[in-house]
Amino acid sequence: MQFFLEVLIGGLLSGVMYSFVALGFVLIYKASGVFNFAQGAMVFFAALTFVGILELGVPFWIALVLAFGAMVLLGIGTERIVLRPMVNQPPIALFMATIGLTFFVEGLAQAMWGASVRGLDLGIQDEPIEWMMEATGIGVSKFDLFAAGVAAVLVTALALFFQYTRVGRALRAVADDHQAALSIGIPLQTIWRIVWAVAGFVALVAGLIWGARNGVQFALTFTALKALPVLILGGFTSVPGAIVGGLIIGSSEKLAEVYLGAYVGGGIDSWFPYVMALAFLLIRPEGLFGEKHIDRV
Amino acid sequence: MLYREAGQFKATYAADQQIFPIRQDRIGIQLLLALAFVAVPLFASEYWLKAIMVPFLVFSLAALGLNILTGYAGQLSLGSAAFMAVGAFASYNFMLRIDGMPLLVAFALGGLMAALVGIAFGLPSLRIKGFYLAVATLAAQFFIVWLLTKVGWFSNDSSSGVITAQEMVILGYRFDSPQAKYLLVLSIVAVMALMAKNMVRSSVGRAWMAVRDMDVAAEVIGIRIMYTKLLAFAVSSFYCGVAGALYAFAYLGTVEPEGFNLDLSFKILFMIIIGGVGSISGAFLGSAFIVLLPIFLDVLVQDVFAGLLSPSIASNMQLMVFGGLIIFFLIVEPHGLARLWQIAKEKLRLWPFPH
Repeated sequence: MQFFLEVLIGGLLSGVMYSFVALGFVLIYKASGVFNFAQGAMVFFAALTFVGILELGVPFWIALVLAFGAMVLLGIGTERIVLRPMVNQPPIALFMATIGLTFFVEGLAQAMWGASVRGLDLGIQDEPIEWMMEATGIGVSKFDLFAAGVAAVLVTALALFFQYTRVGRALRAVADDHQAALSIGIPLQTIWRIVWAVAGFVALVAGLIWGARNGVQFALTFTALKALPVLILGGFTSVPGAIVGGLIIGSSEKLAEVYLGAYVGGGIDSWFPYVMALAFLLIRPEGLFGEKHIDRV
Repeated sequence: MLYREAGQFKATYAADQQIFPIRQDRIGIQLLLALAFVAVPLFASEYWLKAIMVPFLVFSLAALGLNILTGYAGQLSLGSAAFMAVGAFASYNFMLRIDGMPLLVAFALGGLMAALVGIAFGLPSLRIKGFYLAVATLAAQFFIVWLLTKVGWFSNDSSSGVITAQEMVILGYRFDSPQAKYLLVLSIVAVMALMAKNMVRSSVGRAWMAVRDMDVAAEVIGIRIMYTKLLAFAVSSFYCGVAGALYAFAYLGTVEPEGFNLDLSFKILFMIIIGGVGSISGAFLGSAFIVLLPIFLDVLVQDVFAGLLSPSIASNMQLMVFGGLIIFFLIVEPHGLARLWQIAKEKLRLWPFPH
């Protein structure tokens, strides 16, 4: 029981990590209907830019502001150069354009800062909490709890933003129907710039958390792939769904690896989330919190 | 004027419906085939045959398969490499476990095994579409690579899943030399390309295009959606399976499951994007582009920027150029290189007049 709880908690906390990337997808999909496959590359770019600026001797918080500025520029540049010329293209073409963007951002990041692995220290150690270990025997990492806290704050802020601010309402209107939003005077270009800037910020947060955990390296770009099952479960259009989906995927992935892996040779965490998402799709295609889509002929 | 069909009359249905109704097109394709079958083996160097022509043909076949699924049937797939892996490993196992198994039959059976796997992972397409289907094919991609790595039976109990393809022998003739391998791959690709062209011109192809354009309306007018979609997955996976077998037997020789990873799937997806989605010739144009571009960039860096750029920066620049070109193509010519070729032919009909 104690071991089970430890595996479950560890899985839940690793699911939070996936949620960070899924949030970026949700934001852009909500606002513009684009499935931004380059979110993973943007996470890598954000982390590498931050570490690169740190290595130049810039203090922590100034480096954070500069990295945020770089991410905002990248997001706005993406919307301006890549997606605006492709208005009215079918979604599959936009999806493919973001795959091309993935390669570009990966090459750009490594060309600017080099490809070596770098450590990232946020001041919080990845070690168990002592009093909890003594009281219950369950090891929970301080860093994991910190990440969960950051995720909670981020999701709360985003949910409040979408629900209770003027810009948030405009974003939801744009996501529903671009033409209708235009007709009542919402400036589409400004809204898209805002949403890409916010997605850039989310990518920066994700990059810092993932980079501190795994080191800043090329493999960060593959975090995007694990976010896909999270999106399937949580729905492409729900900010809280990204967290719930992340928790479910993270915990089921670890539990499956620990309890089922022994029978089939291990390593099943590489594909188990996708198969689970696939099974879920056949039952409820729009996800737990997603909006039901009705076909028009 | 040289490209007009003035004076070319059709007196029979067969003449009217042929693949190349214009005489100039027929002459052009005959010259191209003569070039491919006769001139290239005679004059091309071993490097060109082994490192450029054979992978170009293998990837063209895989791109053909993906184009049938994504370009004609409209089903998004990120699992092409997994179906190639199934084809490669199945062919290997048929050759290994059945004495006297003919090579071409092993390739065909490898394709059939890939088709069966494609149908299994195509079942979700009956209920989901678009990006959701991409996740389903990602499940295929990761699961198949994991299965081929972990289950030792598929690789004859090789500890890392690596297999070495058997020798290619047909009726006692051994395909050892680069010319022989090239001609074998070329023959297979030519025949399968012709089959694909005829398939998409038939009622099956028209059903695929109807499903792609609007599946609800297609169902309303009587097209069987389930059969049509699963057939697209089966045919596509068959082509990818045969391409995977050729990839293992005629190109690399030694393969491992990790070699058929997601990057390879993306590569094949880009071939059909750049070459032209929904175009048979686009698969070849896109494949040529993807195979030649890195080589061209390498040569360019070596000759023009020798010593100015470090190798690591040069390779990252290559990535940026690659990604940038994809975006560029999608913006300025969403229908790919095949469309440019078509436009060129239209211009030729009016030449020397401007419009």
